[in-house]
This record gives sequence, C-alpha cells and structure tokens, in this order.
Amino acid sequence: MNSSTNINITIATVNGSGSQSANEILLRSLFNQGYSVGGKNLFPSNIAGLATWFNLRINQHAYTSFQKTPDVLVAMNQQTFYKDLKNLRKDGFVIYNSDFKLLAKKELEEFKTLALPCREMLKPIESPIKLRKFLTNMLYVGALTRLLDLDLEIIKSVVKSKFKSKAEVLNYNLQAIEAGYHYKIDLDSNLSLKKWPVKKPEKKIVAHGNQASALGLVYGGCTFMSWYPITPSSSLAEDFERYAHQLRKDKDQKNKFTVVQAEDELGAISMVIGAGWTGCRAATTTSGPGLSLMSEAAGLSYFAEVPAVIWNVQRAGPSTGLPTRTMQGDLLSAANLSHGDTEHIVLLPASLQECFEFGQICFDLAESFQTLVIVLSDLDLGMNFWISDDLKFIDKPYNRGKVLSAEDLNEKPFHRYEDLDKDGICYRTLPGTKHEKAAYFTRGTSHDKDAQYSESPDDFEEQLNRIKFKITNSRSSLPAPYIDKKDSHKIAIICYGSTDSAIKEVRDSLSLKDIHSNYLRIKSLPLNDEIKNFIEAHQRVYVVEQNRDGQMNSIIIKDFPELSRKLISITQFNGLPIEAEKIKQKIIKAEEIARNKN
Amino acid sequence: MADLKEFEKQDYKGKDSTLCTGCGHDSITNHIITAYFQSRVSPYNIAKVSGIGCSSKTPTYFISKAHGFNSVHGRMAPLATGVSCANKDLNIIGISGDGDTASIGLGGFAHLIRRNVPMVYIVENNGVYGLTKGQFSATLDKKSISKSQKINPYPPIDLCSMAINLGCDFVARSFSGDTKQLVSLISAAIRHNGTAFIDVISPCITFANHEGSFVSFKHIKENKENLQDFGFIQPQQEVTADYEEGSTQEIKLVDGSILLLKKVSSKEHNIASRIDSLSLLQESQNKSQILTGLFYFKDSSKNFNEISNVCEKPLKDLKEAELKPSPETLDKLNEQLR
Repeated sequence: MNSSTNINITIATVNGSGSQSANEILLRSLFNQGYSVGGKNLFPSNIAGLATWFNLRINQHAYTSFQKTPDVLVAMNQQTFYKDLKNLRKDGFVIYNSDFKLLAKKELEEFKTLALPCREMLKPIESPIKLRKFLTNMLYVGALTRLLDLDLEIIKSVVKSKFKSKAEVLNYNLQAIEAGYHYKIDLDSNLSLKKWPVKKPEKKIVAHGNQASALGLVYGGCTFMSWYPITPSSSLAEDFERYAHQLRKDKDQKNKFTVVQAEDELGAISMVIGAGWTGCRAATTTSGPGLSLMSEAAGLSYFAEVPAVIWNVQRAGPSTGLPTRTMQGDLLSAANLSHGDTEHIVLLPASLQECFEFGQICFDLAESFQTLVIVLSDLDLGMNFWISDDLKFIDKPYNRGKVLSAEDLNEKPFHRYEDLDKDGICYRTLPGTKHEKAAYFTRGTSHDKDAQYSESPDDFEEQLNRIKFKITNSRSSLPAPYIDKKDSHKIAIICYGSTDSAIKEVRDSLSLKDIHSNYLRIKSLPLNDEIKNFIEAHQRVYVVEQNRDGQMNSIIIKDFPELSRKLISITQFNGLPIEAEKIKQKIIKAEEIARNKN
Repeated sequence: MADLKEFEKQDYKGKDSTLCTGCGHDSITNHIITAYFQSRVSPYNIAKVSGIGCSSKTPTYFISKAHGFNSVHGRMAPLATGVSCANKDLNIIGISGDGDTASIGLGGFAHLIRRNVPMVYIVENNGVYGLTKGQFSATLDKKSISKSQKINPYPPIDLCSMAINLGCDFVARSFSGDTKQLVSLISAAIRHNGTAFIDVISPCITFANHEGSFVSFKHIKENKENLQDFGFIQPQQEVTADYEEGSTQEIKLVDGSILLLKKVSSKEHNIASRIDSLSLLQESQNKSQILTGLFYFKDSSKNFNEISNVCEKPLKDLKEAELKPSPETLDKLNEQLR
C-alpha cells in the first residue's frame, strides 16, 4: 500500500480497557481535521480481558473499507503481540507498550519502533489507580498524533466534548495525551499527514448504522418496539428507546410509544403482530438466531396479512457462529422465512441515510401491503462508525394503507379478504371500530373472503394466488436499485448492503488494469425487473456478497434463470468487513480466465 | 361500561360451535356471553385472542361483533400483550388451552403475568390435547389414564399456583358446569385492572371422559370442592337481601359492581395471602382434590400500560404530526453526531 495516499493503522488492545473511547477520539479527530477515514472495530464476544483490534484507515481517495495489512501497529496487548507483528507490513511502524515482558526483541528489529514505557509515563499524572488502564490508551492517542502530524488542538477539543461533564477525568486524559505526544519528537517516519489535502467536514456526521436506524424508526412513526437482547442489534433497540424518551413525550410527559424487552424472540415477534393488527407501527430488532425463531410468526404475518417489521442486524452464522463478526448470510432465510409458500419484502440499506430512511419506508410498505417487511442491516453497518452527510428529513407523509373507519363502513360492504381494487390488497378494519360491520376474525388458517375458517380448495388457492400477486406488484413501490452505467462497459458488479463501501475502490483499481465495470446496487427484494435489464446488457456480471453460498446470486438465478450464465459469484465470508483488495483480486482472476476463454 | 340500552344478548352471540356435543368449552362460551352481556361491555370495544386448539376455536362462537385473532400455538400471551400496548382502551379476553398455555406457551404465560397485562385470561383445561386426538397435557394429574390406556407418569403443572407465585393479582379456578361461579368470576375479571387468570376445568367428552381419567365429568364431580359460592351485583343493580351478612365477603370493584364470596368449604382461606393460597393449592393437590374458587385477589397494582407510562391516547390513534419530529429537530440531532 502506498503510504503517500493511504495509511492503515491497527490498534491492538484488550477489551474492557476503554480503548474504544480512545479509538473513537482518533477517528473523530481525523474526521474533524478533514481527512477521509474509516474505522472497523473487531471485538470479541466477551466483556473484558480478551483481544480486540481497531482498524483505522486514512485514504486520500475516500477508500475507507477494511484493509487487513497495517502500515502502523499500535501494540498494547501483550498476548497478541507477536501475532500482530506478523501481520504488519514490511518496514511498517510499531508503537508498543515497553512494559511488556518480551522474551525476544529480535522480531521488532525489522520495524521502526516507538517504545512507550507506559507506567512511568503515567506516574507524574498521579491519577487514581482505577483510571490507569484508560489513561494508558490516551498515551497512544498522543503518540499517534505525533506520528501522523495531526493537530493536537483538534484532538484535545474532541476529548473535551467527550468528557464535558467530568472535569477531573478530562484533565487526566488531556495530560496523558500530552505525555504521549511529547515523549519523542522526532520519529523518523514518512507517515506525516500534514501535506495531505484536507476538506473540513461541512454538514457531515459520524455515527453507527444502528443509531441512524433507531432515529429513522422514531421519525418513521414506530410506536411499539419489542426486542430480545442479542449482539449486534441490542444497541439499536436501546438507541430507539433513548431517542423515543427524548423526542416522543406528550404534554403530560407520558410516552407516545412502548418498548418491551420480551422474554424471547418468539414473544417479541408475536407482540409486534398483535400491535400491528391493532393499528400500531410495530417493529422488533434482532440478529440471525432470533430471525430463525421468528420463522413461524413470519408466515402468520404473511398469510393473515398483518403488518410487521423485523430489523435484522446480521452477524456471522450459521448457529451461534461469530456473534461479533459481520456477514450477509440471512438473505435466503429472510426472503422466504417460514414454512409453506411465503415471500417477504426485504430492504437492504447500505448507508446511514438509508438506515434512517428505511425507518419510515419499512412501515409505509408493511402497512400499505399488509405484510411482513424484513430490513437486513449487518454488524459492519450497524456497529462501526460511518461518515456521511447529515441525515436528510423524509418529506413523504406516512402511508397507513387501506384501513376503513366506521364512516367508511356506512358506504360500502366490507369483506376482509376481497380484492376490491384488483391490486391484491384488501381493506382492513382495526379492533375498537364502532360499527357493527367492522369485526372479523383474523387467523393463520385458510380462510374465505370474510375471514371465516375454510377448508375449500378454491378458497385456499385463491388466497395464495392473490397474496403472491400482491407481493409481486409491490416491487414498483420498493426502493429501486442504484445504477452507475456506461453503455461502453461490458462487465458489471452487483452487490447490496455494506459491500457497497468497497466498490468504488474495487472499480477504480480494476480500471487501472483496464477492466472497466458498471455497477448496480440492489436495495430490495423481490427483485426489480431493472436488474434483469441491467444484466442482459452485459457479458459478465460479478455478484459480490458476504456469505459463502452466493445467496443473492442464487436469488437472481431463481428469478431470471435465462441469465445465469452471465453471473459469477464472488464471496467473502470470514466474518471480517468487506475487503476491497480481496474482491479485486478475485475479479481480476476471473476476468483473466474469461478473457483467455474468449 | 357502555350504554345499557344499546346492546341485547343477541349482540354477544357468535357462530355455531363446531365442537363435540357435550364439550365443556361450549358451556364456558355461554358463561362468557352472559358475563359480557350482563356487564354491558360494548362488543366494539372487545378484542378476542386465542392460540391453537379446541378451546382456541371458541372465540368464533361468542361476540361476533368483536374483532378476534386466532393466532399460533402457544403465542396468545405475547400477542395479547402487543394488542394491549397498541390500544390500552380495549377489553381483551384471551382463550387458551392447557397445551397452549402450560406447554408451548408456558414462557409467554409467565411473562405476561409478570407484566400484569390487563386482560381476562381463561385456560380451558381438560388435561388433554383434544384437537390432535388425546395426548396428555402438562396439567394432568399423575396416574390419570388416557383413552388408549396409557398412564401419565408426570406430576401436573398447576397454573394457578404458578400465577400466584409470579405475582398475579386475580387467580381463580372454576368448572365449566358451574354457571353462577364462572359468570361471577368472569364478571369480576372484566373489571380487574391487570391480568385476571381463571383456570377452568372443562372436561373433554371425547378423549378424557372415560373411567380412569382424572378429568372426566364423573371424577370431577366426586373430587371437586368449592372454596366459595359466588354472586355478582352489577353497578346498576339493587343490592337485594338474598345473601347472609357475616359469612359473605363483599369485594367492591372499580365501577361500583360487587363480587360476593360466601365461604362454603370447611377450609379457612384468606384471599389476600399468597402464601395461604399456595399452601391451600399444594394441600389439595396432595389429596388429589380439585379445588375451585377465588384463590387470590388484590386490587391495587399498576397494569402493564401504567408501568410503561404510556400516554392517555391509544398508541394506534397517534397521528403523524404527533409522532414525527420536525426537520429542525433533525438538524439539532445531526449537530450532536459530529
């Protein structure tokens, strides 16, 4: 990697030591100073004491997706020290805690180093003992500031805003940063960012996808959320609750929402269906294992046509898998969740803005199509920091769907499952409607137009056909794909979700090798016909995704089987965030094979 | 309660039952109709929820003018919880069976009780899985014999004891054939500000009414003991002198109605003591007795929506202007994320 336009830093620490705060300070400082920066947190499924790594990538072309090999290693975990060194680029730079009892210093000799005698450096600060481990991290923040030639004042102002209510703690932190900064002035490295072009951020934010999603659900009108704690979706539910308490009080300070921490995911989704049936915008948030548990209820929502939303922040599966690593492995499960013939609307956000927007769109769709909508985010998008433009307000009014009031019932006959408008969507009434024609019985069993229990083969077939028609028709109302296309390019890349963050780098790198590609990003299922047209216009299309079995690839093949020969599946499924370099190499290899064939 | 003149008993009826002739559940259905009619609850304000099973079919057979949801097996409790949160002004009645509540739905039941979701929760308990043809349920006493001559080797789950243990403020057991008792209990349950749980023994005429079954009509008749006799006085009714003062406890309910309890058993029982109730139930289980009556009652706890501090207006009635914060607020929130 060229360090004149790209610097990749791996910070190896121990979890529970406060390093997350320190790393966030670095990221925000770089952001505020005007650099393009990406941060990836690799944390263990544990509370304290195990290894954790933070990858900070600074890049002049705004390539900020994960990069495995660092140029700089901050080694603050004795346990992983040698392994971390092995991963470091040849002639890279190491900042390390020289209090470590290192048995052999030979490995260090091939690198440029800065040894920090942390205990001694902290002595003059005279902080309480319990703060020592947190302040140790601030030593490397100071050292990195020196190494990269960052503006110390900006670092200090970020720290000040972080600890604004704790003056004493703030003071110790500032002292520790100064100590790290002043420890060694001349580091003899070519890692200065001073000459890099910067663009001070204007109307930009740094946030986790889960935060943007939570805010989106508040803005989107969610009044009921039930959830069961599971990594990596818990922070979404907690952020929702926090924002709701802040933004949704009535004049008596009572809550214009209810959040229930359910006893399990079976309970959580059943509560959502009960609330959606009664007329609330209701959602649950979970991850893969929870989605599996919600399978039965998904079929109930689909067949009884009750609005519901599941927000799944995907992690690596199958089974308990890697609870703290990312993957896009729930796509096939989500698309047809449940037994029998089911097919759900799936939304695939790829940015903070989409996380926010889909917080309203998911309900507009769930209520207008009276069905389950599954939003598939992932751990990378949900729990890492992303830089984005300010979240934009959605000016579209809520679409509450076809709900008949008591007045409406005076005007026309009401049959719950009659396709009056010939669009597959029937009219419903809500419990509590004061009219003698309002009531009907909702059931997961087969039913006739009046929602009565029916074992008639014709009734059953009719309902299944109508529902399929309804969902197929929904495609024109779903978020359309993003397309970047030049007619002259004959190959293309398709992806969805957080994979998007690597694509610009991939396409630019491929162009340098004379491989010019078009790009389409899928934002929803069922698949839009535009995707078919796009694939038809190319010779080869690379479907890039973060799962083993090429799940999106298989969905495209299922829907457009005649196009299967044009598709090449490119996957990454090690649980790490998407690596542009890996994807680029795979495509280059495939192109070589393809071009040799021709 | 709604306008007295508006509804007649006809308005509380439902479709014809498709259950076996003589099924206990049909009696319970009649008692539900009577209680809701006499209490003048507007059918438009009622929501009926159930799981899956013979008993879960019954909401179709009462109060057709109320919305109903026959959901999936074992999930009536969380479904009802969602309904209650979405519209706290609805009168919710949940019908479940012993398979639905004591096996697959046991977790949901326990947590609904903890939350004190305001609703009438009726388990129609016959010790068997009727709809799937006669398997034992978890509430059946040890040594009861199935129609196919299997012997139940396991001790029963006593839903009433569980409910008392978990903090339920209204716990009763009744019998499908005991009209006055069950109508009174349901009437009181309708007024209760929290979960009112009634375990109703309801013999399965097809799969559990034979010799050796501990839930046959015969066995129940021989082993049942009522703790109390019941009466219920609607708020608009005159209190007549047809009960004896002194031996009758009067429980005044929130709308002015009165639940009357007349002690009839030799057992002394304090319905305000959880420990006494649990002992009583354990004792009766040891003696293989089927004890019926109001075991525990308390009037003062907050229901789930009150604990959640939800606003006065039902959540489902909140309009977009009340839910969507402004663009200016979003500007401020963006500032906080820099």
